[in-house]
Amino acid sequence: MAAVNLQASCSSGLSSEDDANVGSQIGAAERLERPPRRQQQRNNYGSSNQDQPDAAILAVPNVVMREPGGSRPSRLTGGGGGSGGPPTNEMEEEQGLKYGAQHVIKLFVPVSLCMLVVVATINSISFYNSTDVYLLYTPFHEQSPEPSVKFWSALANSLILMSVVVVMTFLLIVLYKKRCYRIIHGWLILSSFMLLFIFTYLYLEELLRAYNIPMDYPTALLIMWNFGVVGMMSIHWQGPLRLQQGYLIFVAALMALVFIKYLPEWTAWAVLAAISIWDLIAVLSPRGPLRILVETAQERNEQIFPALIYSSTVVYALVNTVTPQQSQATASSSPSSSNSTTTTRATQNSLASPEAAAASGQRTGNSHPRQNQRDDGSVLATEAEAAGFTQEWSANLSERVARRQIEVQSTQSGNAQRSNEYRTVTAPDQNHPDGQEERGIKLGLGDFIFYSVLVGKASSYGDWTTTIACFVAILIGLCLTLLLLAIWRKALPALPISITFGLIFCFATSAVVKPFMEDLSAKQVFI
Amino acid sequence: MTLPEFFGCTFIAFGPPFALFVFTIANDPVRIIILIAAAFFWLLSLLISSLWYALIPLKEFLAFGVVFSVCFQEAFRYIIYRILRSTEQGLHAVAEDTRVTDNKHILAYVSGLGFGIISGMFALVNVLADMSGPGTMGLKGGTELFFVTSAAQALSIILLHTFWSVIFFNALDTNNYIHIGYVVGSHLFVSLITLLNANELYTTTLLINYLVTILTGVLAFRVAGGTSRSFRKFITCQ
Repeated sequence: MAAVNLQASCSSGLSSEDDANVGSQIGAAERLERPPRRQQQRNNYGSSNQDQPDAAILAVPNVVMREPGGSRPSRLTGGGGGSGGPPTNEMEEEQGLKYGAQHVIKLFVPVSLCMLVVVATINSISFYNSTDVYLLYTPFHEQSPEPSVKFWSALANSLILMSVVVVMTFLLIVLYKKRCYRIIHGWLILSSFMLLFIFTYLYLEELLRAYNIPMDYPTALLIMWNFGVVGMMSIHWQGPLRLQQGYLIFVAALMALVFIKYLPEWTAWAVLAAISIWDLIAVLSPRGPLRILVETAQERNEQIFPALIYSSTVVYALVNTVTPQQSQATASSSPSSSNSTTTTRATQNSLASPEAAAASGQRTGNSHPRQNQRDDGSVLATEAEAAGFTQEWSANLSERVARRQIEVQSTQSGNAQRSNEYRTVTAPDQNHPDGQEERGIKLGLGDFIFYSVLVGKASSYGDWTTTIACFVAILIGLCLTLLLLAIWRKALPALPISITFGLIFCFATSAVVKPFMEDLSAKQVFI
Repeated sequence: MTLPEFFGCTFIAFGPPFALFVFTIANDPVRIIILIAAAFFWLLSLLISSLWYALIPLKEFLAFGVVFSVCFQEAFRYIIYRILRSTEQGLHAVAEDTRVTDNKHILAYVSGLGFGIISGMFALVNVLADMSGPGTMGLKGGTELFFVTSAAQALSIILLHTFWSVIFFNALDTNNYIHIGYVVGSHLFVSLITLLNANELYTTTLLINYLVTILTGVLAFRVAGGTSRSFRKFITCQ
């Protein structure tokens, strides 16, 4: 389900003429460029962007913009095609690869953290280790001792679950195609609400029970209220990037724990296999739903439900950025999509200096109604992310699918938009020691969830070597996926390679390696 | 008592590798990826040797499995050497820190550390899990030194893998067959010596293994271009 979305192809050069059309969407070029760590590159891109007037072709990679379509339908419709493509800059493969290594690490860390949370929980809270209650979607409970019966019930369960996922995915696509953004966002908000409050409460309860800590209800409620509200705000509205990332990771881990807890054992493995196959189909087949989703979003010059996606850099800055950008865009009459720009700026602002943020904030006051719209949109997008997990599994699933897309998007368009006003503000960015750039890499939360399910399930058997083997295999699979992404530059599913590796290593380790290693460590033989 | 023992043994075995990781690897994405790739290759070698061990009907003789496992590990060390050398140009283009490719020993060191860390983890991690409680060794039979010696052995294996990779890569670059022979031979020797652990001859095995570790470390230091003078400079912080 995870599509790694590279929108490398069209980079939009912005021409001065375009500037006149503030409203028009110019295709935001999203480049493959990975975030430039190197200063040279930075200078190239950054300086050009900031310093140069709009007319220049800006190579700055934007992170995808998220404009929630719903809020500004007029724009979208009016905008016409996504890419009013001015001259396209060619991305050099090397550049893409250069940033690749860093992007890979930026994904390794959150994926590892998510797995760590799940594995630690599985090993310390026995509640999540045993299945006594089942999901509605898995009517066969694998109680029979017969392997063949278990096999068939696992197959049937996973088929049912997968059909739910497929249906929900298509529902999502239809809603998206019809521009029913409000419904999608409502759905996402509701699900994130449930995850952040109800499932977190269950988690807290079991945590306290496992460690035998007494806590009174008022305290628990206070904690839950603060945790949940902050989470909803940072996921759907705005908040520090780290906080948002933390919440997304936690939400993904919580969802993975729910799967581990409520799916019968064999069914969980069958679902993992089935979902990676579905991912492959949905992303790569010509009429695959996720592919349609990605293409539609590209056409509309929107980001795909940013809320469903873990972003290594940008996502949250959106609000701040958005307003300034738009305002700027209008003011400067930067040609291209304000949308795309927004994200970038936001990131920049957030990343950059407080000054920038302040500046943006000031600008916001000036901003058009659009800005507001955008904000709404961003909110919506975030909501979508959140939504994935919460409510119903099915809903979650479909959402996840959407999320799974890893989008390496570096949009250039942002540059033009940032244009004049921005330059001054941004200047600090260039020098910014952190080296964070606007461009981020994105991985769907669904990928987080299913990676964690795999590792958590492996660790629930109590053998740590299996867990480590799965972990390494998944990371290597992720590496390979990102490598393919850099080579092919099209949306790729992130699950199949990793899950395949993970499943192979999980079963091979527990069946073949474990006896050998146990013999060795019992006799203290080191190889 | 079990928890302090758990932490003590964890830090004995993984403290130095962790420090190496933090100070030399963690800052460079390319090195992290190579480390994980090396770990993956070690896993493959372990998988093959386990298959071999499971399929061949000589399970009573652990030595048999050990010998073949060492051979497979060295074979995979060679494979990863070939892969790294063939992708060197690509790495050079990708790496932000060009030292990775300019100094060939860095690649060797990183992949060796990857081999060592995963090998030490696989050897020790289940022992560590048992160590954290509720029981411990030595109350009813067995020796209470079991955990500490396991951790110390794991540390020596981790360091040895690092040194071996440095020597091995350089030997392949310079066609130094003596060094290649030394790597394979000492790996075999160390692994077979640990067979004596089953008889609780801990002093013997630990002494010999750490002797080999120091020797190999010195050799790796020399291979990487170090001299006694540079060592003295390093010690005196000049």
